Amino acid sequence: MTDQVNERRGFLAEFSMLFGKRGSLKEFGILGALIVIVLAFQIATNGTTLAPGNVINIVQSQSYILILAIGMVMVIIAGHIDLSVGSVAAFSSVVVAISMNDWGLPWGVAILIGLGLGVLIGAWQGFWVAFVGVPAFIVTLAGMLLFRGLNQVVGQSRGIGVDPGFVDVLAGYLPEFGPFTGYNNPTLLLGLLAIVAVVVFELRTRARRKRIGADVPPQWVLITRLVLISGAIVAATLLFASGRPGTSFPLSGVLLVAFVLGYGFLTQRTTLGRHIYAVGGNRRAAQLSGVRSRWVDFFVMANMSVLASVAGMMWIARAQAAGPADGVTWELDAIAAVFIGGAAVAGGIGTVAGSIIGGLVMAVLSNGLFAIGTGSDWIQVIKGLVLLVAVAVDVLNKRQGRFSIIALLQRGLTRGRDRDSLSVSS
Amino acid sequence: MAEPVILSMRSITKEFPGVRALDDVSLEVRKGTIHAICGENGAGKSTLMKVLSGVYPHGSFDGEIVYQSQPVAFGSINDSERAGIVIIHQELALVPELSIAENIFLGNEPRRGLAIDWDTVRMRATELLARVGLDEDPDTPIKHIGVGKQQLVEIAKALEKDVKLLILDEPTAALNENDSQHLLDLIVGLKAKGVTSIMISHKLNEIEQVSDAITIIRDGRMIETLDIADGDVDEDRIIRGMVGRTLGQRFPERAHTTGEVFFEVRDWTVQHPLSAERLVAKRSSFTVRRGEIVGFAGLMGAGRTELAMSVFGRQYGTWLGGTMHKDGKEIKVRSVPDAIGHGIAYVSEDRKALGLNLLDTIKRSIVSAKLSRISTAGVVDGLQEAQAAEEYRRSLRIKSPSVEHGVDTLSGGNQQKVVLAKWMFTDPDLLILDEPTRGIDVGAKSEIYQIVRELADAGKGVILISSELPELLGLADRIYTIFEGRITGELRAADADQEMLMRRMAPTKGDHE
Repeated sequence: MTDQVNERRGFLAEFSMLFGKRGSLKEFGILGALIVIVLAFQIATNGTTLAPGNVINIVQSQSYILILAIGMVMVIIAGHIDLSVGSVAAFSSVVVAISMNDWGLPWGVAILIGLGLGVLIGAWQGFWVAFVGVPAFIVTLAGMLLFRGLNQVVGQSRGIGVDPGFVDVLAGYLPEFGPFTGYNNPTLLLGLLAIVAVVVFELRTRARRKRIGADVPPQWVLITRLVLISGAIVAATLLFASGRPGTSFPLSGVLLVAFVLGYGFLTQRTTLGRHIYAVGGNRRAAQLSGVRSRWVDFFVMANMSVLASVAGMMWIARAQAAGPADGVTWELDAIAAVFIGGAAVAGGIGTVAGSIIGGLVMAVLSNGLFAIGTGSDWIQVIKGLVLLVAVAVDVLNKRQGRFSIIALLQRGLTRGRDRDSLSVSS
Repeated sequence: MAEPVILSMRSITKEFPGVRALDDVSLEVRKGTIHAICGENGAGKSTLMKVLSGVYPHGSFDGEIVYQSQPVAFGSINDSERAGIVIIHQELALVPELSIAENIFLGNEPRRGLAIDWDTVRMRATELLARVGLDEDPDTPIKHIGVGKQQLVEIAKALEKDVKLLILDEPTAALNENDSQHLLDLIVGLKAKGVTSIMISHKLNEIEQVSDAITIIRDGRMIETLDIADGDVDEDRIIRGMVGRTLGQRFPERAHTTGEVFFEVRDWTVQHPLSAERLVAKRSSFTVRRGEIVGFAGLMGAGRTELAMSVFGRQYGTWLGGTMHKDGKEIKVRSVPDAIGHGIAYVSEDRKALGLNLLDTIKRSIVSAKLSRISTAGVVDGLQEAQAAEEYRRSLRIKSPSVEHGVDTLSGGNQQKVVLAKWMFTDPDLLILDEPTRGIDVGAKSEIYQIVRELADAGKGVILISSELPELLGLADRIYTIFEGRITGELRAADADQEMLMRRMAPTKGDHE
């Protein structure tokens, strides 16, 4: 039966299945933009943009912003905003630095303290937003001042050094082992694990769909898909594994990947994730469907502060010291990443993956512009314009009857898919 | 004899990506008449009006519009308003925080120099309110007057713009019978003063009552225009044109037997959320049997929705007292999760604001009130979800190629089916349906009646709140009447008629005329 269905499916529809069941085109639009930007800089910089050292550097230096963007997109989907993340990160991390430097605690304990502080601060802000009903904009504006001040009170506005072990674990590299291959072995191993995981996941999903009698994509789609994904992983693996000796895929990057997978799962596959979208999409309707919206608000706000603490710790590990100006304007970078990544200001729309891509667009832009000798003044100007244009294109695309290439492409693909679904149902 | 033609739309064709919403539609409206446009939801009525009023600008459609003997090319809604064509949408375009007078003159404020001339505003607003028969202080904020009066404010606003052709999209959909009648009288009165009206409505009795001509649209094509003066136009004739077939019986047959009482509310008392001295439910008691459809009849503001939402996990006002019993045991229902847990479902009267997340797909909407059914340890099983949703799409005949489509792409009737599916998915014992057929076309209505009857036949209890008395009389087994928060009567539907209901729905105001 499925074969018959497949025969009737248009090529375009099958092609779109390459990108997953729904092929969320909005994210592919941004992904396309990212690729274009990368290639442009690759040419403009005569190949330094995609040099292993530079790629490793981008991951090292931007992971914390991307982790903030993960928390921020959930806050924004739920219809809130968090302006305090930079200050919260600064406050948590200064306490973490003091606990190592002044109190002599081991770095493992210091990290736990940092996470604990994140939970406490998050509970504080979540309480005001969810249970008192103060708008998140105000609560976190207050938090921005409050925790910035506390950072300076506690740290007495000085630089405070951190343990070398702390630096190694949050800003270091995977330990080298195994035979000499000319590449970094642990990175190769990670890449291999990733490919195996992808293949196993895809095959298991397919088997399950078949068993239940659900529609499965044709074989060529599966194989092409696996080849494409594996190819991308292999390319990335070799890139990260061929940095200068001693470097690998950074530990901060490993942490980032773990967070992306974990929170991607949480937002897309769990009931909590559904509830976040439901509350942001139509709060009253969600409440009348049995969603405890206050707890959803509390969770997203609290979670954001925990991730801010994580980001703060990653930052001081990389800087090897905590200071009074840590985290200034981080919230704006995170918010920009989320909106470039396709989230809606009114809430209800946005994805973790999109926000990561949005953050990478900004990161590559800064990195590339800097590499071709642009000053930080002009980099800001350009980044500001990119944010504006990215969101404007999105807004214009949603408007009916206006010409746009992306909208046209989307229409073609959706039409293909409609035909496909129609034939399945008839 | 016949009045001159004020508007003539010729061969209008409007396409959206993948859909031809209007296909060669022509419409002629004579000056000083009330011209009704009928058609099922999604037939293209609203699209036609948007073409006329410039919401879809000239050039985005094919065909020609001749207005007052001049070809016109409206580029925006401002252009059409300048020409005296005013459209009043189903969703009213009023700012709740502003006063009646401010709303009437919004965007069109009389000025003296740079400052708004408030004296003129108030004076002219008072005049306009008198013309539409609305006895309210023009300084009253819009949010403090009911939806019936808001509709009148919209008309006052149109009159202020010197309207020549008034387009009303479902003007009485949200109104009770008294307010509807007042509005219809007003439209007839305007006709006498030379204002031409185009009225889109699903309420065929109203159309029959006031209109001079009826144009029927089906699937984007004009089917026919009936002239009332020619006679032979009745509801069946219109329905035949709209659906392309004669609907047999409009209401499904009643079950002959109903089960025992399984749900009971006693002395339920609820306080208004804003004013402590107002009670929206006063010691209300009612029972529901298995397999029974119980109607709640009452005028707008009588407290039907308030009572229902309070029963559904105290979602309205403050609960002051009363008990709830299910299967002989008292139950405590303090929140929506409690209510769902006890097998109570509530389908809201306002599906867009309270029933659906319009950003969601059909699939996600259907499972949203009982995710636990398709998840283990908080993780949603995507396949089970898709299968469950697909099952409802088929059994309720939700018109969409797939459950992956957004609910915002559906017509009102199909959205309502999604909301019904969402609550059927929770496997409730008691379904409270609040105005389940509001703003829904005739074809979808009878499908929904069928679904409701099937639910009852499957042994569930149904509470049906409706402002349409024929619907209550046709569908319910037993009807409670509610007036000012009090249950004023209980009738067997088979023994009741509209007049008996009306008398109990508005006891102090005398009989309904």
